[in-house]
Amino acid sequence: MRHIISILMENEAGALSRVAGLFSARGYNIESLTVAPTEDASLSRLTLVTRGSEDIIEQITKQLNKLIDVVKLLDLTEGPHIERELMLIKVKAESANQREEIKRLADIFRGNVIDVTESCYTIELTGDAQKLDAFIGTFKPGEILETVRSGITGIARGPKSLHL
Amino acid sequence: MELTGADILVRFLQDEGVDYLFGYPGGAVLHIYDALYKQEQVKHILVRHEQAATHAADAYARSTGKPGVVLVTSGPGATNAVTGIATAYMDSIPMVVITGQVPTSLIGNDAFQEVDSVGITRPCVKHNFLVKDVKDLAITMKKAFYIASTGRPGPVVVDIPKDVTADRAHYVYPKTLSMRSYNPVLKGHSGQIKKAVGMMLGAKRPLFYTGGGVVQGDAAKALTTLAHRLGFPVTNTSMGLGGFPATDKQCVGMLGMHGTYEANMSVSHCDLLIAIGARFDDRVTGKIEKFAPSARIIHVDIDPASISKNVKVDVPVVGDVNAVLKAMLAELDLAERKPDGEALARWWQQIEEWRAKDCLKYDMTTDRIKPQYVIDTLYKITKGDAFITSDVGQHQMWAAQFYKFDKPRRWINSGGLGTMGFGLPAAMGVQFAHPKAQVACITGEGSIQMNIQELSTCLQYNLPLKIICLNNGYLGMVRQWQEFFYEERYSSSYMESLPDFVKLAEAYGHVGMQITKPGDVEGALKEAFKMKDRLVFMDFLTDPKENVYPMVPAGAGLDEMILI
Repeated sequence: MRHIISILMENEAGALSRVAGLFSARGYNIESLTVAPTEDASLSRLTLVTRGSEDIIEQITKQLNKLIDVVKLLDLTEGPHIERELMLIKVKAESANQREEIKRLADIFRGNVIDVTESCYTIELTGDAQKLDAFIGTFKPGEILETVRSGITGIARGPKSLHL
Repeated sequence: MELTGADILVRFLQDEGVDYLFGYPGGAVLHIYDALYKQEQVKHILVRHEQAATHAADAYARSTGKPGVVLVTSGPGATNAVTGIATAYMDSIPMVVITGQVPTSLIGNDAFQEVDSVGITRPCVKHNFLVKDVKDLAITMKKAFYIASTGRPGPVVVDIPKDVTADRAHYVYPKTLSMRSYNPVLKGHSGQIKKAVGMMLGAKRPLFYTGGGVVQGDAAKALTTLAHRLGFPVTNTSMGLGGFPATDKQCVGMLGMHGTYEANMSVSHCDLLIAIGARFDDRVTGKIEKFAPSARIIHVDIDPASISKNVKVDVPVVGDVNAVLKAMLAELDLAERKPDGEALARWWQQIEEWRAKDCLKYDMTTDRIKPQYVIDTLYKITKGDAFITSDVGQHQMWAAQFYKFDKPRRWINSGGLGTMGFGLPAAMGVQFAHPKAQVACITGEGSIQMNIQELSTCLQYNLPLKIICLNNGYLGMVRQWQEFFYEERYSSSYMESLPDFVKLAEAYGHVGMQITKPGDVEGALKEAFKMKDRLVFMDFLTDPKENVYPMVPAGAGLDEMILI
């Protein structure tokens, strides 16, 4: 099962490597990981996506909770939640036809063209992982010059929230 | 008045009540050593290798319950300490290790004697800190002691760059501390405790399985009271020896790979297993699928991550072991039911049949010294009242099997990491903590050579240790596995060119003895223990073919023991 674990942790040097170190030391896998400070600068919010059986996920959450820098933790996949990922994608846009088609695709996916040159477009797109994959799938091999994805971040639906 | 970082550190150690600091100086910690020189309250013990400093501090902690404290320099000082830190981590021992670091301006520059100590120790500490500002030093030290000694204890490393020890700040001892990210659960859940007690009263074939948590959590008294109230058998892990008196008739001995027949058979046939401060280690369980196959399991532990990690349990109780056991006793007072006396009588009858197998018997008719006999005699001569440290291997298992520990904190061994070289420095730490006590180190000719240099420390501080070296000329446990599982291909397990241990002991300024005949064992031990102010190194030449029995082969179930 795929789980999205959201962690509130002390914004201290080395805190991230404690999390990453825990996963490598105990042989758990990380599919994606994203981290940034919260509105309270002393706290960081870290979102990681991992896979494992119920037993493994239980161990992962317990071991994460044991890290001294971890203040609070929530497995988002246990309840209704929203997940989002940001992608920047640079594609070839040479002929007028091609440029027209890419603009249309971006509109359909509710993306924005955020950089334009004579030969390429850069599009910004937000959504869950499937939507981003689907957008990539609309291009032929060789048309994509570069993609960069932020990794999954997420939040619980409704009033439930991860805060102090 | 502003103090230097070094003075703040030493003042803090004084205010924290630290009496001994085990360490070794070097460039990055010279300011700290200078501050230590100017006072007498915190006594610094100069070891001969940083690994020994960590083991000594670790054993100080194991034998007292107070955190052990270590001071080493940067680079190799820190890396040498790592084995001792990992040893303490695996056995959940409270320890604070202060490592010097190169000045902050040089960090990351590959400076002389620079290593990333925080990075290197991260996987084997409960937590670690790098202090970048002298203003944070006192509070960081307070956090280190607090984290090390509360919850599930463990080692904490504080890395202090040299310039931080020279910088100045105001010092106030931080009396209290609160950390929003660290609040260990102490009180057990009352509903779970009630449920657990109900299960105990309904059990027909119950068994207590108790570990290091009982010893480190100061819960031996509560456990003994509870076990006596219920009349249930008790088995200890190697880490848990002394948590319940070994001479009590309800004690069925150690369980696991080299556990007694009655302990392992009891685990295999019990209908209720009550695990207390134990963590279902692979050396204890054998093949997981065959472990306690017909039992429901209650697990009391302070660490939620220990619960259902290896073995699924039915009733977990997270909390301080002593507090939970006391709550169980209170619950028992309220209960109207009594334990099932008839079923218990049948269960004890079965256990006595297993016990009658006398699985620890050994041959006394040979003219070679049997290692078991040495431990038996040591037990007799010290009246079971010595502190025993051990190294790792066959001698460790024989010590665990044959020295009957009636009190907690008397058996000091590296259970989790299995660190050879632990025994001698550990004995030093124990002797500092208990200057009047008899302290013996049971070791082998392999292990003792891993930290033999500490004989020099023992002379400097007049530590009258008794070193019991069971010398069979082999790395015995390796030899035993090679005999059983590698068709007697003794690959690198024979120790050639051993030193003359008598002369070696004498060269270090101690008394050396060599004992070769079974008839001389008792006399030699008596003579050694009479020398109250001397370290005596006793080199017992023992039967090289002797094996540790019973033995559960790796991957087998506990009821599949190899018996003598």
